[in-house]
Amino acid sequence: MTPPRTLLKVENLTKRFGGLVAVNDMTFDVKEHEVMGLIGPNGSGKTTTMNLISGAFGPSTGTISMNNRVLSGLPAHEITRAGISRTFQLVKVLPGLSLTENVIAGAAFGHKKRWGAEAVDMAHQLLIRVGLETQIDLPVTSLTYIDQKRLELARALAGEPEVLLLDEWLAGLNPTELQDGIALISDLRKEGRTIILVEHVMDAIRSLCDRCVVMNSGTKIAEGTPQDVLSDPEVIRAYLGDE
Amino acid sequence: MDILISGLLLGGTYALVAMGLNLQYGVARIMNLANGETLVLGALAAFLAFTAISLSPLVTLVIVAPLAFAANWLVYQFLLRPLVKRAKTSGQLEVDSILATFGMSFALVGIMVSIHGEYYTYSFLARPFEILGTTVAQNRLVAFFAAVIIGGGLVAWLNYTRTGTAVRAVSVDTEAARLVGINVPRVSALAFALGGAVTAVGGTLISTFITLDGSIGVIFTMKALIIVIMGGVGDLRGSIIAAVVLGLVETAVASLIDPGLTLVAAYVIFLGILLFRPQGLFGKRNA
Amino acid sequence: MTGQGFKSLTLIGVLVIAAAFVPFVTNGYWLSIAVTAMMYIALATAWTLFSGPTHYISLATGAFFGIGGYLVATGMSDFDISFWVMAAIAPIVAVVLAALIGAATLRLSGIYFVIFTLGLAEMIRGLVSWVQNNFLGSRGLYVLTDFTEEHIYWMLLGIAATVYVIGWLIDRSKLGFAMKIIGNDEGVAKHLGINTARAKVILFMITGFFSALVGVIVAPRYSYIEPNLVFSPEISFMVVIMALLGGTQRLWGPIIGVIPFILIWETITVSFPNATTLYLGLSFLAIVYFLPNGVVGLIESLTKRGRAS
Repeated sequence: MTPPRTLLKVENLTKRFGGLVAVNDMTFDVKEHEVMGLIGPNGSGKTTTMNLISGAFGPSTGTISMNNRVLSGLPAHEITRAGISRTFQLVKVLPGLSLTENVIAGAAFGHKKRWGAEAVDMAHQLLIRVGLETQIDLPVTSLTYIDQKRLELARALAGEPEVLLLDEWLAGLNPTELQDGIALISDLRKEGRTIILVEHVMDAIRSLCDRCVVMNSGTKIAEGTPQDVLSDPEVIRAYLGDE
Repeated sequence: MDILISGLLLGGTYALVAMGLNLQYGVARIMNLANGETLVLGALAAFLAFTAISLSPLVTLVIVAPLAFAANWLVYQFLLRPLVKRAKTSGQLEVDSILATFGMSFALVGIMVSIHGEYYTYSFLARPFEILGTTVAQNRLVAFFAAVIIGGGLVAWLNYTRTGTAVRAVSVDTEAARLVGINVPRVSALAFALGGAVTAVGGTLISTFITLDGSIGVIFTMKALIIVIMGGVGDLRGSIIAAVVLGLVETAVASLIDPGLTLVAAYVIFLGILLFRPQGLFGKRNA
Repeated sequence: MTGQGFKSLTLIGVLVIAAAFVPFVTNGYWLSIAVTAMMYIALATAWTLFSGPTHYISLATGAFFGIGGYLVATGMSDFDISFWVMAAIAPIVAVVLAALIGAATLRLSGIYFVIFTLGLAEMIRGLVSWVQNNFLGSRGLYVLTDFTEEHIYWMLLGIAATVYVIGWLIDRSKLGFAMKIIGNDEGVAKHLGINTARAKVILFMITGFFSALVGVIVAPRYSYIEPNLVFSPEISFMVVIMALLGGTQRLWGPIIGVIPFILIWETITVSFPNATTLYLGLSFLAIVYFLPNGVVGLIESLTKRGRAS
């Protein structure tokens, strides 16, 4: 068996907003078929890192590359086409479109493009896959919060991305929904998908992540398996503060 | 040298008008496309008062300011506030306020043309004045200094009073201003009214040295918008510098090439700004 | 859904055929109103193509229209080029201009686009007048053709129908789907792999093409052309009002807006020529405060309510 290949490479990534350094010299790799957790206290720069990877804005310095192709600096639509899909911290479904159209939107312009009957088929399969088969004909605006999140996940999967970015996909769910959500991501993991997830839910991190990168004040303070980093004294200090 | 002085004097008055628009857009978040008509109303008042009872524009100005303030306050409360309330997104408010102020703009043009359909020609202080070896009309100089005094007063008020600080706070972040206990609707109405008053006063001043007519407002709206974007939305200092730049460029183009090309010149500047510094001359690039 | 789409296409087909007979039943005054109405139907439908899904208030119509009319005039008068050659060139010039404006403004927020188009017709008029006075000689430009009002009417009808069919096709294409997503949430659209700026610019170019073509066709009506006549900012505003009055959510919305507006407009122009601007202003206000989704939106919400009760 060959060792897993490095798919995504983040090198010396820095992002400044005016005088504020939101992300400071971050370096990490993501291997193929790996679920990597990006964790850290609020305001530590996790979502900014996700936004940099997805191309919502460009980095101040540093590079992001996938399969040895430099992606940083490209506009968001090109990064999506290169094979990086995302969900949003605050769920963003398209209210004027049907459920099926929402998913087709992910298939039509993304990494692997599908259109017409083929896209409709795929959308239906994905909607069933994420557990929305009974809601298919409902208006998007009538969906519950978790169902909107499911829809967003289906949309992100529709382009068959090489890397999936989940930005606090489990946040705001109640305990039952959380179990369902974790099971869904766990399935994706078993399929061998490469995922970066930003998460606060510790159970999810322990059960889903192969590896974690911990951020604090924009810098990486630890990296390793969930057990290792969560028992690292510096990580604990970052979360709980100095006594 | 001629160009430099005339351009500077013109820019000073433009700055006042752009400050008015900037207060309305930067604070009340209403893109007021009837701004130019407010200006022309100020000019019309000066013209009527001068021709009817030979009232000096400098006196008219004192009457115009409170009237324009009250009128703009009413417009905000009764016409624009309902749009702010009903808008679900900032995009929708933008479209609604653009359309509504277009409507006001045309309605005002219609009314002004029916009041006086000709040019607002009158002669006030049209005597030459010698300055740094250049001859300028006294009215331009008076208008410039009046604009400087009013603009300076406005900047001081914004920076050194409690209400002024509240206005600036709303301009930076509406939501945060609300959280620290600022009455945002009231401050917005105040800023809108104040902006309208400043613009109308600017119109009174401009009418002393440029001949206006009822339908010319849109040109001034356009110039004020270009100045505001060039200077950066919400940035009064930027507005002043941008206004002077525009005044200088227009005067240069008008005297060196052709007076018909001033709007073209303004557009060239505008295009340059959009391509290279859409955040304004001094704005920080937001991500 | 597709069934309904074809139904609306058939309906338009019937309307076009009916409209084609108008010159046979009327002439003189009413025919000239019909020509004006058809001109605005074509312009407003072209406007809706771009502004419907993006919600950007484009005021560039007057500029494109003027380019069409002016280029035909200057081509025929100053350079002895035939009407048809200029009819082919002018819309292409407009498309290039639309591409440049779009590239400069459409990647930024919508407000820059509105402001840029606001003074555009006026600015081009200034530029064209200057070029004409200094380089081409300031004599008048004539567009002399054999076209009658009937010919112009039919050509405009042809353009309107073409714009409609193109809009119908776009609605069913990936580009139309992309525009629908952009209209919902532009930020999401980018993250789904849509080159949003490009999609918007393409639609704006199509709008520019047809607006200029209308300018070309209408030019023979004026026969004597000067920049002040064809680069009229008023046309831009009229088109915005008529399109919004009808409703921009459906491509056939503008048709509903144009006809009543033109009839009232003509009445006012005849009886109270000084009140046209006021009428324009009050129409804007009426749309914003009473008909935010246009007549079509009103009809649809009424029928929906009717069905619900």
